[in-house]
Formats: sequence, C-alpha cells, structure tokens
Amino acid sequence: MKIKSPKDFWAGIMFIGSGVFFAGWAMVNYQMGTAVRMGPAYFPTVLGGLLAVLGLIILFGSFAVEGEKVPTFHFRPLVLISLACVLYGYLMKPLGLVLATAALVYVAAFGGHEFKWKEVTILFIILIIFSVLVFVKGLTLPFPMWPEYFG
Amino acid sequence: MDIFHNLIIGFGVAITPIHLLYALIGCLLGTLIGVLPGIGPVATIAMLLPITFNLSPVAALIMLAGIYYGAQYGGSTTAILVNIPGEASSVVTCLDGYQMARQGRAGPALAVAALGSFFAGCVATMVIAVAAPPLAELALKFGPSEYFSLMVFGLIAATVLAHGSLVKAIAMVVWGLLFGLIGTDVNSGVLRYTFGVPELSDGIGFVIVAMGMFGTTEIIMNLELKDKREIFTKKVTHLFPTKEDLKRAWAPVLRGTMLGSFLGILPGGGALLSSFGAYTVEKKLSRYPEQFGKGAIEGVAGPESANNAGAQTSFIPMLTLGIPGNAVMALMIGALMIQGIAPGPQVMNEKPELFWGLIASMWVGNLMLVVLNLPLIGMWVKLLTVPYRYLFPSILVFMSIGVFSLSNNAFDVLIMAVFGILGYVCVKLECEPAPMILGFILGPLMEENLRRAMLLSRGDPTVFFTKPISAGFMIASVILLAIVALPAIRKKREEVFVED
Repeated sequence: MKIKSPKDFWAGIMFIGSGVFFAGWAMVNYQMGTAVRMGPAYFPTVLGGLLAVLGLIILFGSFAVEGEKVPTFHFRPLVLISLACVLYGYLMKPLGLVLATAALVYVAAFGGHEFKWKEVTILFIILIIFSVLVFVKGLTLPFPMWPEYFG
Repeated sequence: MDIFHNLIIGFGVAITPIHLLYALIGCLLGTLIGVLPGIGPVATIAMLLPITFNLSPVAALIMLAGIYYGAQYGGSTTAILVNIPGEASSVVTCLDGYQMARQGRAGPALAVAALGSFFAGCVATMVIAVAAPPLAELALKFGPSEYFSLMVFGLIAATVLAHGSLVKAIAMVVWGLLFGLIGTDVNSGVLRYTFGVPELSDGIGFVIVAMGMFGTTEIIMNLELKDKREIFTKKVTHLFPTKEDLKRAWAPVLRGTMLGSFLGILPGGGALLSSFGAYTVEKKLSRYPEQFGKGAIEGVAGPESANNAGAQTSFIPMLTLGIPGNAVMALMIGALMIQGIAPGPQVMNEKPELFWGLIASMWVGNLMLVVLNLPLIGMWVKLLTVPYRYLFPSILVFMSIGVFSLSNNAFDVLIMAVFGILGYVCVKLECEPAPMILGFILGPLMEENLRRAMLLSRGDPTVFFTKPISAGFMIASVILLAIVALPAIRKKREEVFVED
C-alpha cells in the first residue's frame, strides 16, 4: 500500500497513539465502575477509544485519497522560541526578572531571521523597563528583580 | 418593558467612568492587535486573563469583550489600506477593500466598514437583549441529560462550521476533552494522568493551553515566513462615501447584520464564519457580480457588518448557557471562573449588573470605535511599519509573564511551551487547534453531566433520546453530521472557505 496523503497519515498515527495511551493508561490504573456509577476510568476510556477510532478512519483515508505532503518543520524557531519561554520560567526565581527577561529576549531573537546585538539590546532595555513599570510597580506582582545574592 | 428596564440598568453600569475607561482600553487594545498581524484576540485575551484577577468582574468582562470586537475594526483597517488581514475574519475584506483603496477610494471603504460595523453592533446588542432572557429561562430547566446533549450538539456544530477535515476536527475535540480530564477527578478524588507531578493535580490551566496553542504556535509559524511587508501609506482623503456608495451599501449592511447575528449564535460561529458567509451571499445577490474582487463596495459592507454582528451575538450561548461557541468565548468563561462566577443561565438573574452592563458596554464600545478609529487611522497604519523582529520577543515576554504570574510557577511556562510545540505539529498536519480548546474547557463539565444523567436514569443510555429537549439536540447533531457527510454539501462547505 502506498501512502497517498502523508499529512493524514501522520495525523492518524498521532490520534491513534494518544487515544490508545489515554484509554490504556486509564484501564490499567483507574477503576472502571459501571454505567450507573462511573469510575474515574470510564469517561477517559470511552473518549480514548473514540479518538483511536477517529485516528484509524483518518489513517485509512490517507491510503485512499490523494493529499498534501507534510510541510517542512523549521526547527530553529520551534526550538528557540520554546526554549526561550522555558528558560524565562525556570530562571525567574533563582536569577530574578532582569536576567530571565534577558535570556528570553536574546534566545527568542536568535530564532528570528536577523539578529543584531544592538537592536536586540535596545529592545531588551525597553521591555525590562516596561515590565518593571507595569507588572512589578503597577500590578505589584511579586517577582524578584535580581539574583538573591545581590538583592 | 422589561428589556428597557434591563438596558437602563446596563447603561447605568456601563457609563460609570471606570467602566468607560476599561471599555476604552479594551477597544484600543483590540484595534491595536487587530491591526497587527500575527497576534489575534485569542492570544491577547489569554495574556490578559491573569491580570483581570485584580479587576472587578464587570470591568474585566467589559475590557475583554472590547478586545474581541475592537479587533474586528482594526483588522478591517489594515485589510483595506495595505491588503493585510489583521484578523482571519477580515480576509474577505481584503478582496474588495484593498481594490477600492487602490482606486483612491480608501476613505469611503473605511467609512462604510466602520459605519456598517457600528450599525451591526447596535442591532446585535438588541438581539442579545431580546434573545438572551428567554434562552436563559429555558436553560434553567435543563437537567444533566439536556446539558450533556447540548454540549454534544455544540461541539459537533463547532466542528461542522470549522474549516478543514471534519474527522480531524472531531478528533481534536475528543483530544481536547481528554486533556481537560487531567488532574483530580472530582467524584473519586483519584489523580488522573498526573504522573506524580504535583502541579498537575489541579489540572492544566486553560489559559496556559490557549496561550501555547494560539500564542507560541502562531509566533513560530510567523517566523517561518520571511519578514517582508511592503507598506505604502497613502494619505486617506475624503472619508465620506458618495450618495451612490450609500445607496449600494445599505442593503448589504442589513443582510450582513442579519446573517452575522444568526451565525454568531451558532456554536462554532462568530466573526470568521459570518464574514465569509456574507461575502458569498453578496456576490450571489449582487447585480454587478463582475465587480467583486475589483472594488465592489458591497464586498466591504456585507462582510464587515457581518463579522461585527457575529462577534457580538456569539456572546449569547456563553452568557445564557455557559457554553462557549468559539475559542474567545471559552476564554470569557475562563475569565468568569477566575472571578469565582460559575457561568450558566443563573448569571443573568444573580448578577444582572454584570450581564446587562456587559451588553450595554458593547454598544458604548462600538460608538467609541467609530468615533476614535476614523481619526486614528494614520497612527494604526504607522504601527504596521514596526518589523516583526521587534514584536515577537515583546509578545513572548508578555505571555511568559502572564503565565508565570498565574501561580508563580515555572512549570506552567513549561506546559505552555509544550502546547506550543503540539500546536505547531497540529497546524503542520492540518488539524485546527480551535476545536481542541473547546473540548478542553468542556471536558470536565461533560463528564460530570454524563455521570449525573446516567445515575438518574440508572444506567440507561436511552435517556438522552427519550427526554424531548435532549432528544432534540441529539437529533440535530446527527442531522448535522449526516448533512455534512453528503458529498454535494461537503463540496459547498469547502467552497465557502476558499478565499477568493
């Protein structure tokens, strides 16, 4: 058999995989109960099964109907943008708002098309001033500004 | 008259200075993000949700609503002037609006769009005021089986009206329902799918999912494209439409308003579908179909009125039934819950000042948009010259701050990034994220109502088909699915969403 629609093929695999996972995990770990008194496994098992069936339909369709290729994944923005957010979250408490924002802005900007140190630095300065004025002073969010050692 | 009494209460709330201020902030923010492509109302409202915790419920909702309909105005401005749809719902406005601008008639196009939107906004406000109370009354009689069937109907309608593959959309809904179940099961206290992570025991925050799938995903998608935007800013001269323009525009405005008001109420409807629908209708009915795509004023007037009407009436199911029709409404429900208000038919009776204040503020907001926007057009267009490489790090900072501040926890930001990646994969595979968001917010509600319904019926699943209201929803769902499965209709459905 030949895959005629790669997009549908992979979407089908994705749905089947997560459907089986959700249903299987529920059946193994939680109580099923009965239709009258549903246990915690009941609804997820039904939904997981439904998701897997829908995935199968999509998968079969991908062998029957001509469709598009999966467009290329651009890993540079994908990885760097995600990384920038995560860094921001995990650096906030140990290093404070200023350095966390710096990490986010520089890493994220590196995921864009052009990266100019001067431009990004100016942007960083504007954003940090704005963050401090609006979020820390204005909305009084309890963010540390600097690493604890210096603070 | 009851309606007038209620509206008077509403206006009493809406025109207090503080609420006027929040309506203004909402409208301006909405216009701003409407003008800027690459950030839509969903991501903006998600970003602001944590902040609304500090506001009163009325102020919070007034501001968030302003963002949604403000975005419709902003989106049309850039569509007409620079051929860039700031919002998905103004894609069709580009077709004729930009052509009008090229012929030197940008002024009339903008004026007709604004006036049409304003008219539509006024009518939609009245529609809400008239239609909402009886609907809420009816909904108060709903038991668990009715609610379950209603949600099934809502979710199916949402997928039918969405574009792209129907099966994929339903799969996304189911996937969303499953994600919504993560956390503590309310009935048994069992932790489901938490894998020993304590942060997951309360479930994944809705805001976090929405920001990941609509915020970071969007940014990553935009960065794939080349940052190339040609801006030509011509002076907008003589704003006022000619007599001939007005003569041709009034009927499309009327039709667009009616169509939009109706489509907005349907689950899955709202601004996007309304504008596409209206354009198709106008093209079919017009005496000059050959002018469409070459600067027909009807092609601006109809869709622009429709998207504003649709944006506003889509509040009806959210306010009266507690059921979100689109992703923005799902966020509004999130905003209510942050404020400790359980969305549903009781809101209207228990919090009339909230309900009617919000409705009245929509009218006030529309007025502000007309008065403010036409003079400010020059400024909005200038904003477009800001390159995306400055914008996206700024948007990311605000999103991350918003998510982090929800519970001062880095884990939430991590989850946002994960859903950002998931959203990216879904978009690449042509699976729309919006249905998943609807499923996500309805997951726990659906399970709860299913449980109660089955308990009351002693495990008899036919209860969903023997109670009249419930049966009505179920039959309507089946009919909807059957209709869409028909090949002829399926082709039509695809046509409506093709942008030309």
